[in-house]
Amino acid sequence: MKIDHIAMLARLELTNEEKEIFSKQLSSIIEYIDKLNELDTTSIDPTAHVLPIKNIFRDDKLKPSLPKDKALQNAPGRTDDFYRVPKIIE
Amino acid sequence: MQYETVIGLEIHAQLLTDSKMFCGCSTKFGSEPNTQTCPICIGMPGVLPVMNKKAIEYVIKTGLAVNCKIASYSRFARKNYFYPDLPKGYQISQYELPICEHGYVEIADNGSTKKIMLTRIHLEEDAGKNIHEGAGNYSLVDLNRAGTPLMEIVSEPDIRSPKEAVEFVKKLRTILRYISVCDGNMEQGSLRCDANVSVRPYGQEEFGVKTEIKNMNSFKFIEKALEYEIKRQIKVLKDGGKIIQETRLWNSERGITESMRSKEEAHDYRYFPEPDLVPVDVDSGWLEQIRTHLMAPTFSFVRSSVHLEEPDLPDIKRQRFICRYGLPEYDADLLISERAMAEWFEQAVKLGADPKIVSNWMMGELTKLLNEENKQIEECMLKPEHLVGLLELINKGIISGKIAKTVFEEMYKTGKNADTIVKEKGLVQISDEADIEKAVDEVLEKNHEEVERFKAGDEKLMGFFVGQIMKATKGKANPKIVNELLKKKLGKE
Repeated sequence: MKIDHIAMLARLELTNEEKEIFSKQLSSIIEYIDKLNELDTTSIDPTAHVLPIKNIFRDDKLKPSLPKDKALQNAPGRTDDFYRVPKIIE
Repeated sequence: MQYETVIGLEIHAQLLTDSKMFCGCSTKFGSEPNTQTCPICIGMPGVLPVMNKKAIEYVIKTGLAVNCKIASYSRFARKNYFYPDLPKGYQISQYELPICEHGYVEIADNGSTKKIMLTRIHLEEDAGKNIHEGAGNYSLVDLNRAGTPLMEIVSEPDIRSPKEAVEFVKKLRTILRYISVCDGNMEQGSLRCDANVSVRPYGQEEFGVKTEIKNMNSFKFIEKALEYEIKRQIKVLKDGGKIIQETRLWNSERGITESMRSKEEAHDYRYFPEPDLVPVDVDSGWLEQIRTHLMAPTFSFVRSSVHLEEPDLPDIKRQRFICRYGLPEYDADLLISERAMAEWFEQAVKLGADPKIVSNWMMGELTKLLNEENKQIEECMLKPEHLVGLLELINKGIISGKIAKTVFEEMYKTGKNADTIVKEKGLVQISDEADIEKAVDEVLEKNHEEVERFKAGDEKLMGFFVGQIMKATKGKANPKIVNELLKKKLGKE
């Protein structure tokens, strides 16, 4: 089931009803977007970016970082000066 | 059945920039956790990453050094996955248009060389660091490393043994250090190596199922981990089993590779062009500028302007050290292992010193003194011209070889010239025969007994007399004259 795979990638838990609703909705969105395939783009270069600009760089210069308390302010959990998250390796 | 090993490597090299790839936070290693982050590298909404120009140049430099084709047009892509060390939920990387493609590195292979082809080199950002130990049911995250420019070098599956793999990584590391784009510190993780390993029956064209080995943070571990993994795979196959495609971690304590049971699901990265960044266009002017940088000597002790036809990389230097300067291979290998050493050597030779003598002093006294202080050659006060000055004094007979060692040490400690030290300390060799004769006479007079024994045939005592005279003259007597006088006085002429 495609919807299960997509839900897993987005870390969403869906009920069976939701799966049905979203499957239909996603299909109709993709169908709609598919219209673009009707356009003839053979003479158009692939576009990486909507603006006709390139090579926007910064110099290798340091800027002040956030104070650690500020950086950790939105952390889901904190132990000492670390972000604390559910264990990721068994 | 005999099996053949097939290995491809992925090398991750942190670039030696001061600031991160897309923001101005420091890339310094070993700081307090979470003190080098900002809204950009911890993935706050609404921020805009901007490319660090130096990081792009370092990748191009690397590409040139390993014979790659440099793309005139490349761009970044988002690689989407969830992991706590990746605050944005995606890594900015490169996908279908990397900066470099199709290069190679040459490694030694039984007296000849073998080319290991490189598929690509691309630029991405490093992730943060997860700590799993000692945190109970939790993992802890330090995001200082998140966003550090990271270059990924991917080889073709051209490697046929763990030894070759180590050779390849060593060679690559030397090159990266030479061109000053990465410090190559495997322990601290600024150079990391993952391996794709498979085995197949000899003669079979098709590759076997591969596993990916991670966590090999030294040359020794690369060799051991690969040796273990190959044995493991062959055993599984011989027992009628199948290799499962998976990621395995090297456990250095147990000396084995273990399946990494991560909660992360099957990989589906959904790459797409990074809309926050514009494409990179490398025109020929920029490319030439970087190429010129690659050729210029880096260290301040190289004074004369040098014009080179091609990048002065380790292999080319090695060749020159052997052919032009007549050094033994052993010396050449040692001297080229660090770029600063190699340039120091060449500068001394350029100033007129004999190559082999320079090499001897560098591999002997200089290395000894540097090791004592755990210093690099570019950090010490002793410059090539100091050594050249010292060698001139020896050649002119102004000081003896023995005194030269003292002077050398003094130069190393103070950064003064040999000339100055010799004058200040009164170390000029005594070559005046009358002066030496006086010392010889005194020593012989004081040591009647030894003189008798010598005359009776105990010729080993010659060394004793020389030693005594040197002591009396504080090592300054010209040893040649001492020997001549002694022989004359003891009736050996």
